[in-house]
Amino acid sequence: MVWGAGLLCVGLAAWQMAFEMDRVGQGFGNWRPVLYAYILWATALCVSQVMIRGEAGKRTLFVLPAALFVISLVVFPLLFALYISFTDWNLASVDGPKPNGWANMVQMWNDQFYWNALKNMVYYVMAVSVEYVIAFGLALLLNAQIRARKFFRVVFLLPLMLSPVAVSWMIGKSMLEVRFGPISRLVRELGFEPSFFGSPEIARFMIMAMDAWTFIPFMMIMLLAGLQALPREVIEASKVDGASGWQSFKEVIFPLMLPVSVTAIVIRVIFKLKLADIIINVTSGGPGGATDSVTSFIFREYRDRSNVGYGTLLAMVYLVLIIIFVTLLLKLVSRWMERPA
Amino acid sequence: MTNAAVFKDHDADRVVRMKWWTSRVAIYTALIVWAIVCLFPIYWTITTSFKLAPDVMRGNMVPWWDFTPRWKGWESLGISPRLIGEVSTVREEFLKRFWNSAIVATSASLLAVVLGSLAAYGLSRFNYRFGFMRNSDISFFFLSQMILPPVVLALPFLVLYRSLDLLDSQIGLILLYTLMVLPIVIWIMRDQFQGIPVELEEAALVDGLGIWGAFIQIVLPIALPGMVAAFILSLVLCWNEYFFAALLSSTNATTLPVMVASQTGSQGINWWSMAALSSAAILPLIIVAIFLEKYIIKGMAAGAVK
Repeated sequence: MVWGAGLLCVGLAAWQMAFEMDRVGQGFGNWRPVLYAYILWATALCVSQVMIRGEAGKRTLFVLPAALFVISLVVFPLLFALYISFTDWNLASVDGPKPNGWANMVQMWNDQFYWNALKNMVYYVMAVSVEYVIAFGLALLLNAQIRARKFFRVVFLLPLMLSPVAVSWMIGKSMLEVRFGPISRLVRELGFEPSFFGSPEIARFMIMAMDAWTFIPFMMIMLLAGLQALPREVIEASKVDGASGWQSFKEVIFPLMLPVSVTAIVIRVIFKLKLADIIINVTSGGPGGATDSVTSFIFREYRDRSNVGYGTLLAMVYLVLIIIFVTLLLKLVSRWMERPA
Repeated sequence: MTNAAVFKDHDADRVVRMKWWTSRVAIYTALIVWAIVCLFPIYWTITTSFKLAPDVMRGNMVPWWDFTPRWKGWESLGISPRLIGEVSTVREEFLKRFWNSAIVATSASLLAVVLGSLAAYGLSRFNYRFGFMRNSDISFFFLSQMILPPVVLALPFLVLYRSLDLLDSQIGLILLYTLMVLPIVIWIMRDQFQGIPVELEEAALVDGLGIWGAFIQIVLPIALPGMVAAFILSLVLCWNEYFFAALLSSTNATTLPVMVASQTGSQGINWWSMAALSSAAILPLIIVAIFLEKYIIKGMAAGAVK
């Protein structure tokens, strides 16, 4: 049965391929039937697992659907992406993809804007450390003995719930509006001339600030959970031993919080590497590419220039860089954690 | 004699009390400052949606005190006491986007929670071997999807969906969003299932339930709060997603963030209508945050503390 469905799927795909290439007269208008055949095959595979392997098959059934889902939606597109990244495909042209070897690579090597975007990513990722300090401070505040803790927790959580697109309008376009945004007014009161997206440094800083505003709650909550899970006795013991507030933080709380901190930072860095929405909507990379992240740069390459082949190559290179970077980061972290303090 | 002793005590007391008070004041000042930082943009957006152009330009902030709230902004969405009874194309347009967002976000989260919980349960209970892949490899395979940047997938999907006729359709977005939140769901749920003692299921197996029976009747009810947490987190992420929606939808399946973004780009921003649109886009999640805050925090805390 599995083989039958599999054959049907492969057969349909081959037929459709042939149809697209004008080898066979009859075919479907699109690839939908192949998709249905694929779903049929996947279902058949799941059912057969149970029928053939019994109990063990039932166990496999827990993981199999998710695995099939991810494999079909990630591995296949990735292979496809690898192929188109070596073509000169432009969606606007009618010819379709044509392999052009290393030409895209050469173009990338000479593309100032791409390297610039990568350099910006370094700045953006470094901003995580500042976010971490603020988030830790807020977590400590929320963990202190305060009234209305639930109120403050909800309020501090709110920015995380807002969509980056809405944030880019609310803050980037309206509150920072040069003529009558409230922040511009405040800056003018203080005696400066407001210009937030004129110079590269300030523009980059504004983007960082907006992104930080949305995502600080995320780190804060992870750190807060860590703080609340700390053994109370240890902190009390340090108090009894006469440690001041700062000492007990430095010598006791911070070391105990290291694992949580590392998790929070790593996840935040991963999210940071996807940063795009705010940049696309507020500055669209300007002034002169100073605020571009890799994602927003490639987004414009797709949307404005329909430069599919080249954009995909950039994305693939970025993926490779990310994998290397994250692997190194994790290695470094695990080695550092194992070292006796 | 006694007097002096009392005075000394009193002095020390005062120092301690002073310290206590300064720390109190410092803590509450910091809390309130940050609360303002968090709330002001939201306040500004919601009040701006009730302003007229002169109010925006004069920078009036407090309703009724320095400006009179008007429904102008909301009228541009067709939502106001005056227009609510009438037929309005703008409102239909807006509601269509709103429903797109709602349908896509809820179904993607639901699918992700179902697939993710099953996988997480399997991975936390049984030992698998697919070729060279062991449990830890499979978990790593799922979780590693988190670092996959959306740009890498966006383009192949654009082409793929075009040939599958899924471009600009809700199903297409649902599939992608499910893929996007699946690693997070698995991460949270694995943690949840590891916290449930295996003895419970062993007892159920002795009582004659199958593996799936034990899972559905015994484990699921216990893990339900965790699933709700995972569901809400995915809901937030899907509702706010912009990148894929902007690339893969044009007219039919456009979601709310795309609508907001397309208005921003147009010339001469209508402050009041933009503000109304943004408020409408963020309000559902603010309500979710206020009422379901416990679950959100639980979900995010799940991975942090091991």
